[in-house]
Amino acid sequence: MANLSRKYAIVGVGETAVGKRPEASTHSLHLDAIRACLLDAGIGASDVDGLLTNQPLNDAHRSYAVKLAHMAGIDPCYATDLVLGGATPIAMVQHAIMAIDAGMANTVVCVHARKRSTPDPSPGFPIRSGDEHWERPWGHFSAVANHAFAAQRHMYEYGTRSEDLAEVAVSARKHACLNNNATMRKPITVEDHQLSRMIVDPLHLLDCSLESDGGGAILVTSADRARDFPKPPVSILGMGQHHPHSSLMDAPSLTTLGGKRSSEMAYQMAGLAPKDMDFAQIYDCFTITTMITLEDYGFCAKGEGKDFVKGGRIAIGGELPVNTHGGLLSQAHLEGMLHVTEAAKQLRGNEVEAERQVPDARLGIVSGHGGSLCMHATLILGAG
Amino acid sequence: MSKNQDKRNRPLLRNQPFLEEIEAKPFWTNLKEHQLTAQHCSTCGNFFRFPPQALCPRCLSSDYKWVSLSGKGIVYSHVTYRRAWHPAYQDKVPYNVSLIETDEGVRMVSNVVDCRPEEVFIGMPVEVLYEDFEDYTLPKFRPVKSS
Repeated sequence: MANLSRKYAIVGVGETAVGKRPEASTHSLHLDAIRACLLDAGIGASDVDGLLTNQPLNDAHRSYAVKLAHMAGIDPCYATDLVLGGATPIAMVQHAIMAIDAGMANTVVCVHARKRSTPDPSPGFPIRSGDEHWERPWGHFSAVANHAFAAQRHMYEYGTRSEDLAEVAVSARKHACLNNNATMRKPITVEDHQLSRMIVDPLHLLDCSLESDGGGAILVTSADRARDFPKPPVSILGMGQHHPHSSLMDAPSLTTLGGKRSSEMAYQMAGLAPKDMDFAQIYDCFTITTMITLEDYGFCAKGEGKDFVKGGRIAIGGELPVNTHGGLLSQAHLEGMLHVTEAAKQLRGNEVEAERQVPDARLGIVSGHGGSLCMHATLILGAG
Repeated sequence: MSKNQDKRNRPLLRNQPFLEEIEAKPFWTNLKEHQLTAQHCSTCGNFFRFPPQALCPRCLSSDYKWVSLSGKGIVYSHVTYRRAWHPAYQDKVPYNVSLIETDEGVRMVSNVVDCRPEEVFIGMPVEVLYEDFEDYTLPKFRPVKSS
């Protein structure tokens, strides 16, 4: 396989305001994110020839990418929908590279928006997530419970406690408090976490991410073309995916997930190791997801996540700043699109509030995780 | 907002099994007879995972039989729902949902009943019992009483 490391770059980043957006629609949030991204890149819609997106959850389309491209004035030679849950935004960047490398397009916009906090009336039908009819008859309905199964196993296998998971939530909130575009701006403590109500035991409310309205977009092109754009390019150094099961009924493990192989592929492609990373944007639909992924990514040994996340080690100023924007737990849940945009902004420098800029950030890793803990994608990004 | 839709405009979640799926029909028919069964590959001897499917996921053989499971297994992981996602469960919280690993190595979502949710633990030996509804039967599990 040809090594595409350093041959492609992110040259545009767009984010909308997040939180409650009652005036917006899913479509308008996508368009706002595309416009912000093109403005950031200093180009027009006619300069874009590819578009990747995800399907709106409440309104399944045969091809949302084609509809969206034309709503945005883009005449695409390459357009498709990717559906990998919270691994989708990273997968989009990867597919953009593959499409450009194959000669199918030159400049591809990757866009993802969600409207889950306020109503979004649509004429369509919702997307099924999977094998619900093999779960619901027994009262099993939720992503919270799928992750609670994993948390229970992690506690059983490695002695992790709820108070350890709390550290992930406390750190995310600390970063959100420094982010002007974050939903939750009030600091929390481990005690607040412990006192928050139990949703699906062993996960408390503060182990769970937000439901948000908002959108984000990323523009990808070749490293050669990237030099013509106004802002410093963010180089794509490594990437991987792994999807080790399709439901919890066939998962080989609930405590080692796709992040292990996915990150190994990405490190190998980049020629880098965990110790090289200046920060990590780690998918955090639930606190347990972040802990498992930090272990799977090799930042600590399996089962040692509980020590790794303690005492500010994953906060800005700590050993490995994690989720410097506040993450899905405290900024907004756009299925990880803002993990990618945040990583790019950190590497360009001077684009986030000074208090949450990682000093001299040169290298960062980003994870995406989706479905019933079954899908995973990784990106390693570098400045310049 | 219609009363049949939730706040995201989705139809209210169904809570009943789908009995007409071609591959899964024997599973539900056998349960009506109080037989917990799974697909067993006649070519490689593998028990299929759930949900049922047309070919063996290990060797892709289409030659399989529905065979009875012992009905015994252990709790692989468990959670306690403290809130209900569906009106049918409103008066049931807190309730247990478990991943059960049968002695044959087949894993399924079910409930451990006949004990309080906080008494369930990983590795707990359990055995099947059958809960009959008008159109279908659900397999559930209870702790094996130590003799």
